[in-house]
Amino acid sequence: MKTLKELEEIRQRTLESVNLRKDRTGARVVVGMATCGIAAGARPILMAFLEEIKNRSLKDITVTQTGCIGVCRLEPMVEVYLPGKDKVTYVKMTPEKVKRVVAEHLVNNQVVQEFTIGAAEKND
Amino acid sequence: MELYRSHVLVCGGTGCHSSGSADLIEHFNRDLKKYGIEKEVKVVQTGCFGLCEVGPVVIVYPEGAFYSRVKDEDVTEIVSEHLVKGRIVKHLLYHDSVDGDHEIKSLDEVPFYQKQMRVALRNCGVINPENIDEYIAFDGYMALGKVLTEMTPEDVIDILKESGLRGRGGAGFPAGLKWEFTYKAQGDKKFVACNADEGDPGAFMDRSILEGDPHSVIEAMTIAGYTVGADQGYIYVRAEYPIAVERLTKAIAQAREYGLLGKNILGTDFSFDLELRLGAGAFVCGEETALMASIEGDRGEPRPRPPFPAVKGLFGKPTLLNNVETYANIPQIILKGPKWFQGIGTERSKGTKVFALGGKINNTGLVEVPMGTTLREIIYEIGGGIPEGKTFKAAQTGGPSGGCIPAEHLDTPIDYDSLTAIGSMMGSGGLIVMDEDNCMVDIARFFLEFTVEESCGKCPPCRIGTKRMLDLLNKIAEGKGEEGDLEKLEELGEGIKIASLCGLGQSAPNPVLSTIKYFREEYEEHIRDKKCRAGVCQALLQYIIIEDKCRSCGLCARVCPVNAISGQKKQPYVIDQDSCIKCGACMERCPFDAIVKR
Repeated sequence: MKTLKELEEIRQRTLESVNLRKDRTGARVVVGMATCGIAAGARPILMAFLEEIKNRSLKDITVTQTGCIGVCRLEPMVEVYLPGKDKVTYVKMTPEKVKRVVAEHLVNNQVVQEFTIGAAEKND
Repeated sequence: MELYRSHVLVCGGTGCHSSGSADLIEHFNRDLKKYGIEKEVKVVQTGCFGLCEVGPVVIVYPEGAFYSRVKDEDVTEIVSEHLVKGRIVKHLLYHDSVDGDHEIKSLDEVPFYQKQMRVALRNCGVINPENIDEYIAFDGYMALGKVLTEMTPEDVIDILKESGLRGRGGAGFPAGLKWEFTYKAQGDKKFVACNADEGDPGAFMDRSILEGDPHSVIEAMTIAGYTVGADQGYIYVRAEYPIAVERLTKAIAQAREYGLLGKNILGTDFSFDLELRLGAGAFVCGEETALMASIEGDRGEPRPRPPFPAVKGLFGKPTLLNNVETYANIPQIILKGPKWFQGIGTERSKGTKVFALGGKINNTGLVEVPMGTTLREIIYEIGGGIPEGKTFKAAQTGGPSGGCIPAEHLDTPIDYDSLTAIGSMMGSGGLIVMDEDNCMVDIARFFLEFTVEESCGKCPPCRIGTKRMLDLLNKIAEGKGEEGDLEKLEELGEGIKIASLCGLGQSAPNPVLSTIKYFREEYEEHIRDKKCRAGVCQALLQYIIIEDKCRSCGLCARVCPVNAISGQKKQPYVIDQDSCIKCGACMERCPFDAIVKR
């Protein structure tokens, strides 16, 4: 038998997974998943985002995919949209980098400058 | 529960189900596995989205892409393009859901949903009805928790009375008062019952709620049990709603498993359980006293009231009986408060009403609108108007118990009182639209045939009276009507309304009386001129060959089964009206459109 507290726990737990079906607000993480992206390892990146968001119980974040972002040599690429902010494009992503992007950008609202496309262009 | 990047919602309501949505789900799952993305994308079967006309419907989140009339081969494309590559398959999207720039609109901006407000249907098409956790995620059973831990039965009754909720089964009796009567009634045992015996032709509001959100009814009935002091409830549902029965059965089992039904609910000392009773599909069993007789195992026949069920109901005990939609509103009223509910609707009709749109309308389906929305808004803005640009003639609300509303009343705000004032009624929510091709005599005859068939036979006014009315209507439709027939119909109708035992008989003449009221000249044409302007009443029709168009090919004469057509080369053919049986075969065969029906 469930108590009201357990009911509340079920509610919180399930809400994360069904929130997707509400209207789109909050942050959006878009992973470039055209052939080039997938070949460069975009799928593990996408899974890493899902995993990290779940582990941290973050709410109102959409992880979705798109086609070729255009700079195939910098794949896997990820775009992060925060409401009211400019788009930030991260390049050459790895599962380790995903952890930092989630922690610093999505949680603390600090762009991880060194992973962005701007930083990558400078280094080239 | 696992996180997914995308949810594919497939409608599992009866409409989409019968056009193959279960196979689509299987196909989605198969293809997701093929591409190895089954851990990223989840396929969910939901209740009715409402737009049955364009089913089967599939919505993909987070984009909110609304795919309509999805066929098996479309699934392959949606998976390989949209789900694997992230490219929305635009040519499969529902046309109203994209704007000029091919950008997807949010569902609230689609014309069909724009004017709607979903209270009773809030979870339909959003949650998986077979998963209690999803119901809980959208605040399910929170109202029950609040009631059991913070409120007395009097508090619940006060909230309901203040909210202004009226019964959604048709008559519109204030729900709070009904709950109060049952609460105050003396009895060593009391019952709670749910009327899910939806019988009006073309109505499927209750079915969709039970299929799409069964837990909302279970939660509300448990709240009702606590309020009136009952520990047992019954849901009386038609056996011909197999999906609703299956989902209710699963939902009850899940609620029991979570301790939301059974002994000591949520750790309190309140106990309550529910059972299903399947009706065999008699219309009269939707009448409350007949319904209770049927639950008790007797023949479903009504008895005189009073005593009302609140005093002497099931097994002679005080019983609270509400309709499915009424119950579905209650958890929301408890959670959001009576003020919120009061703010929706008109002065004497609060909240929203679900309608099943059918007949001559583009968007056949299920809609929920605030009370006070006009018929014009429902038909033209939500319903998308009448197919092929035809002219609106009338709408029938309340099914065989209601009446028709002609074009002059299109701007009447829909609520209990204004519909009664124009000779119709709210009814349970069936809304059948008729256009210029519908004959009003034929419509009246259709509904009366239904009530004659469904009359239980217990009281003579209904058993004999409706039959006599039908005889008169048949006579008129066959071109044998005489002066005075209309007056006889009116007199009989008024008598049946006064003298019948139950609601079925008391309302059976309504379709006839209201069509005579608004379309008297059409009846008179049938009687005096032997003419049916809509071209429906076969006996009043003639098939005629237009001389100028006839090329004397003789094809019509060859297909005529009774040899009623004669003619010779280079002469127009002629139909002998006395032997013509009006089968229409000649008109279909004529390659020159030279044969008309008038």
